Amino acid sequence: MTDRVHLDRPRLLHLLEAMERIRLFEAKCVELYQTQKILGFLHLYDGEEAVSVGVIEALRPEDAVVATYREHGQALARGIGMDVLMAEMLGKVEGCCRGRGGSMHIFDAKKRFYGGNAIVGGGLPLAIGVALGDKMQGREAVTVCFFGDGAAGEGEFHESLNLAALWQLPVLFVCENNLYSMGMALGRAEVDTDIARHAGGYTMPAEAVDGMDVVAVEAAARRALEHVRGGGGPAFLECRTYRFRAHSMFDAQSYRTKEEVAAWRDKGPILRLTRWMTETGLLHAGDQAAIEERVKAEIEAAVAFAEAGTLEDPADLLKFVSMENVPQEGAVR
Amino acid sequence: MSDTAPMTYREACRQALIEAMEADPRVFMMGEDIGAYGGCYAVTKGLLDMFGPERIRDTPLAESGFTGAGIGAAMVGMRPIVEIMTVNFSLLALDQIINNAATIPHMSGGQFAVPLVIRMATGGGRRVAAQHSHSLEGWYAHIPGIRILAPATIEDARHMLKPALADPNPVLIFEHVMLYNDTEPFDASVNAVDIATAAVRRAGADVSLVTYGGSLKKCLAAAETLAEDGVDAEVIDLRVLRPLDDATILGSVRKTRRCVIVDEGWRTGSLSAEIGMRIAETAFFDLDAPLRRVCSAEVPIPYAPAMEDAALPQPATIVATVRELMGRG
Repeated sequence: MTDRVHLDRPRLLHLLEAMERIRLFEAKCVELYQTQKILGFLHLYDGEEAVSVGVIEALRPEDAVVATYREHGQALARGIGMDVLMAEMLGKVEGCCRGRGGSMHIFDAKKRFYGGNAIVGGGLPLAIGVALGDKMQGREAVTVCFFGDGAAGEGEFHESLNLAALWQLPVLFVCENNLYSMGMALGRAEVDTDIARHAGGYTMPAEAVDGMDVVAVEAAARRALEHVRGGGGPAFLECRTYRFRAHSMFDAQSYRTKEEVAAWRDKGPILRLTRWMTETGLLHAGDQAAIEERVKAEIEAAVAFAEAGTLEDPADLLKFVSMENVPQEGAVR
Repeated sequence: MSDTAPMTYREACRQALIEAMEADPRVFMMGEDIGAYGGCYAVTKGLLDMFGPERIRDTPLAESGFTGAGIGAAMVGMRPIVEIMTVNFSLLALDQIINNAATIPHMSGGQFAVPLVIRMATGGGRRVAAQHSHSLEGWYAHIPGIRILAPATIEDARHMLKPALADPNPVLIFEHVMLYNDTEPFDASVNAVDIATAAVRRAGADVSLVTYGGSLKKCLAAAETLAEDGVDAEVIDLRVLRPLDDATILGSVRKTRRCVIVDEGWRTGSLSAEIGMRIAETAFFDLDAPLRRVCSAEVPIPYAPAMEDAALPQPATIVATVRELMGRG
């Protein structure tokens, strides 16, 4: 069974470290935001780490990823270097997008990472095209498309689910349902809050999973991917999760209570995993400290790399508005 | 020796598509009713039989969905041609065209190009009222990152597609609905055109008529009428609405010292306004008369024939505008 997640100690520590990298990277981003080294919007993934880590663990290098503006987790889990990611956050030429995109628009052709889309729902049609193009060229690849619960209200969501099923495309749709589209509670936005059921209407297998449980997410992703890789067309995974912090950096959070946030924090994906590992004797004294130490060293190096980076010469402002050639074709097999 | 035979604009578009499909296996088409129906303007008639449903891909009515799919496919190595029935319907795909196709190359720091062609019908005159008749290509010409073509001749309809597909950037091709049935002698010895320059379709000395697409014929007709009065009009076919070929426009205006811009878009905030301003910025002192425009009336295009005709630029309006400009009103 390919959907089984091996739960030995090294494997679990790896999942824990993958989530800690995202959590601690973003904590550093908050500091850098407060000192105005990071500007603009900063949408934090705090609380949702199990979704990107669990799903992306199940991917292969040839697979493609389409993500949203809240995509630091996907970028790190997909293996985009923390250094070039941090440089992008600081708007440096050494950033993965030369500082042109910033926090919301992370792209990496070599990792087959197609953004970083800040229009809710806007990434779904793009993912259809990536999967269609791969399929037409005989590539054995799956496109994983991440989006939030807010996207379920967009026409592009429905257009894309239909197209994927109609054309039997290798797409795994992953809905990160954190219960709020900015401040709009899901129950106030959708007549049917069971988003996986919406997908079921498009005749694809759809499953809702506890998005706070990284092992459950990975297992569900493997089940869904087995269906997609087997040529069965698209699949849909709704990961029920929660955003612990503000939507972006300025948000009074008048739409939810502190108690609600605290209750969810107590069910957070890192706590959830470490508690379970502790109970089962798989987390040893010093494990978490060692992970944190390693990750913090990586973050410090990334910050140093980013701070030492250069700002793009405004003389290059128009560069890449019109391309001279098609650069990504060297990157795709 | 040139080998000329009559060809319709529709057939020119169709032959261009067939040539592109035969030349490159990465090329495929997506759009509404392009396959089994044969294309709403019959441009893709027969292509489904020739190339099969994988490459002539009928889509559901999901403009944003299939346009975005074209962008994604272009980003992974295909050369999609997306057909949108009319420019009015393309408004449902604006998110994909503007937020994705036009931005991703720059926003990704040059990691991705979007080699995509989008064809659509534009313009009025077919008595199909306000949701099928507008000329919004000028809007698209506002957007950096996309190239906008308006083939007005059979030759351009036949040959613009090939360089459009070779362009690493998104190219939008606007085909005026009143041109599809046009028949002109087609010179088979011409096998390529550029997608960078404007063309002088009629040389003249007294006034420049700057136009494109469906208004070209109207300007040429107006020029013949004006010639009877001894006014020698030069007619410039823009061909490429973005980026504009400033050199040809300004070269003509500096020669004739008068300019009337004829644009089927609405006047306010239009492509005609942009062209006029470019002339004013760089050739102001070469002008002997104020710049003038003939645009569509600022109304949703109405159904009733006399009302629609009154809303669109017509040869008579162009002639009257030039006469007034020349002091011959």
